[in-house]
Amino acid sequence: MSGTADFFNEMREPDGSVRDAYSSYCDWYDEQDTRLLKRKHREAETNFRKTGITFNVYGEDEAEERLIPFDMVPRIITANEWRKLTRGIEQRVSALNAFMHDLYHRQEIIRAGRLPQRLLRDNAAWLPNMVGFTPPGGVYTHIVGIDLVRTGPDEFFVLEDNARTPSGVSYMLENRETMMAMYPELFMRVPVESVSDYPRRLAKSLAACAPAAAGDRPVVAVLTPGIYNSAYFEHAFLADQMGAELVEGSDLRVVDGRVAMRTTSGYKAVDVIYRRVDDEFLDPLTFNPDSVLGVPGIMDVYRAGGVTIANAPGTGVCDDKAIYSFMPDIVEFYTGEKPLLPNVETWRCADEDSLKYVLDNLEELVVKEVHGSGGYGMLVGPASSKKEIETFRAKLVENPSNYIAQPTLSLSTCPIYTKKGLAPRHVDLRPYVLVSPDKIDITPGGLTRVALEEGSLVVNSSQGGGTKDTWVLKD
Amino acid sequence: MLGRTANGLFWMFRYLERAENTARLLDAGMRMALTRDLVTAEEEWRSVISTAGQRAAYEAKHGTYTGSQVWNFMLRDKANPSSILAMFGLVRQNARLARNAISGELWEAINENWLVIDEQLNKPVAENRVLDTVATIRRAGTLAHGALAGSMLRDEGYHFARAGTFIERADSISRILDIKYYLLLPSLSYVGSSLDTGQWDQVLRSVSGDRAYRWLNAGQIDAKGICEFLILDERFPRSLAFCYCALRDDLAALARLHGTEGQSNMLMRDADTRLTDLTIEEIFDQGLHEFLVEFTQDNAAIADAISTDYRFLA
Repeated sequence: MSGTADFFNEMREPDGSVRDAYSSYCDWYDEQDTRLLKRKHREAETNFRKTGITFNVYGEDEAEERLIPFDMVPRIITANEWRKLTRGIEQRVSALNAFMHDLYHRQEIIRAGRLPQRLLRDNAAWLPNMVGFTPPGGVYTHIVGIDLVRTGPDEFFVLEDNARTPSGVSYMLENRETMMAMYPELFMRVPVESVSDYPRRLAKSLAACAPAAAGDRPVVAVLTPGIYNSAYFEHAFLADQMGAELVEGSDLRVVDGRVAMRTTSGYKAVDVIYRRVDDEFLDPLTFNPDSVLGVPGIMDVYRAGGVTIANAPGTGVCDDKAIYSFMPDIVEFYTGEKPLLPNVETWRCADEDSLKYVLDNLEELVVKEVHGSGGYGMLVGPASSKKEIETFRAKLVENPSNYIAQPTLSLSTCPIYTKKGLAPRHVDLRPYVLVSPDKIDITPGGLTRVALEEGSLVVNSSQGGGTKDTWVLKD
Repeated sequence: MLGRTANGLFWMFRYLERAENTARLLDAGMRMALTRDLVTAEEEWRSVISTAGQRAAYEAKHGTYTGSQVWNFMLRDKANPSSILAMFGLVRQNARLARNAISGELWEAINENWLVIDEQLNKPVAENRVLDTVATIRRAGTLAHGALAGSMLRDEGYHFARAGTFIERADSISRILDIKYYLLLPSLSYVGSSLDTGQWDQVLRSVSGDRAYRWLNAGQIDAKGICEFLILDERFPRSLAFCYCALRDDLAALARLHGTEGQSNMLMRDADTRLTDLTIEEIFDQGLHEFLVEFTQDNAAIADAISTDYRFLA
């Protein structure tokens, strides 16, 4: 692969001078003692271990708790850039929500011929149980993570919509805590928008989506698959920070038409369930009968208006990459406006012409499974051997509609701290968006993921990616 | 609070107490072994394993009692479900389970020490390292109890944590006493001999009570005095009377917070009545072993009642 020199460097101009956003940071950096920086770098890891900010990995023998590597150089976004991004994100998220409502009701977008029917038919996340039902407050996507990539000064693209259960927000919060603990002086010099009230905003946003059956102070609970889940730390963290209960399926049951949790003084109704359990495990009576992670009968209570499930079941439809390829049309259809944030150019292999183009240009393209996630099941053409490409070609020809293809993006770079000093690496950005009936609330910043290997474009933590603190500067 | 969370807190502190008690036993055992000849030392190690209640598991693996085998078994052996490593792993697992019911300080006290213990016990432990782990476990206990006292809301979670601590501590004290009594009393020839004193000294050390006892008794060591101290002296934090004073308060607080009394409060009152105004002479008349067996059973019944009263399990 080519080096990182040809890509948009967020810290430096092509002539090597520092961009405005990073000028205060770089001044500070230049004043630092190298040995001290090295020590701080190690301290950061110790801090994450002590706090227990880990994710679980299950190997052949025993479970292991791993850290997602943290890089101490912040990724900085100017107030102006952020304003533009938030407008685009708001537009996209409100379209997503309207789209979900339409799909589970009149399907105007399909009637209008703007979206092929087969995309629903082939979509594993589509839930017939949701047809004709409107969730409390009309909100489907309570929490959305929009994955953005940057390729130039004013060029941001949406790479993926995560409308199911976007994870990683605890890293956004803990990365900032770690930075403030390690470099308090930096935050005295550089005015950075705070992210720390995200849990409060989340609690408020969820409470605003409570069902009619709820009282004045809706009871919110986080539903986790349990301590063996890879993201358990985040579930516990969010519950703790929101002052909500952290429940497992076995704590819940349906009592008198409500979903109730087993407390030390008996069953108590829960109004809003922020679930970190997939749709298919939610209700063994409706979906997977073997599931022990869910609550038998919860879907009946839900449909009767007795509980809010966030995000609504069936929202995974939006995470589908074939649906993604229609997002520009979807945004236009529901908002009546041109999309402010563009999609990455995408070829749907289900279309014959596109398939031909993709097959002819495999070594240049990134090909993804439409239902895939986590960087698995994909081909990065420029980084693959002839043999890998041919193996993938066979899979593609066999089932074209299971794939989409995109150009290999020139992801922007941001420096990371290495033994040899600062070195550019590719990054992406996932801002977190909260939706309630009257508000779309975007926390300034998000999770910056960074590919730690030189030249690598894969930022997923499962494949050698790390994270950075993300700063949105105040005006 | 969720019943499952209450269960997590209760067991987090039970396992912490158990790990600490095992560490104290090991500490006392090390000291005994260093002051004896080799033959008696083997006896001592056997007795340490018995007192810890790990004899069956140990003998399934080893035919002999050597110091290194015993401490490695008690500290880290995978074949030993009650090893300190396993116990502390359970402490941390329950802390994770009850993570949003405990303060950050309490969580970090457990997690930081877990990282140290896990590291110390990832390979066989040489004689000059045993006391390091014992010290880490004690420090973890001290930090956790300090964090509990200094940073936790005085709601039900606090009382479940304490109830777990005192149930486990009372259980451990009564077992230690019973095993020593059983081992020693039948052979009357030992009474008054140096071995006898040594054994009783070890009992005191196992509950870190040697100094307090000496202070109160001007160095006089006899079975009756020690039993009185460990069963009835409310001043000593590792006596049955002390544990039950504390447990009584915590269970009363739980009943107050829930606005209702349960089976656990009833059993507690009965147990309390039995302990109050009891003299060591009466206990010896009844038979110390019989007294201790009954106490252990009643203690377990209180623990079960707490679990039922507060819906620990589905």
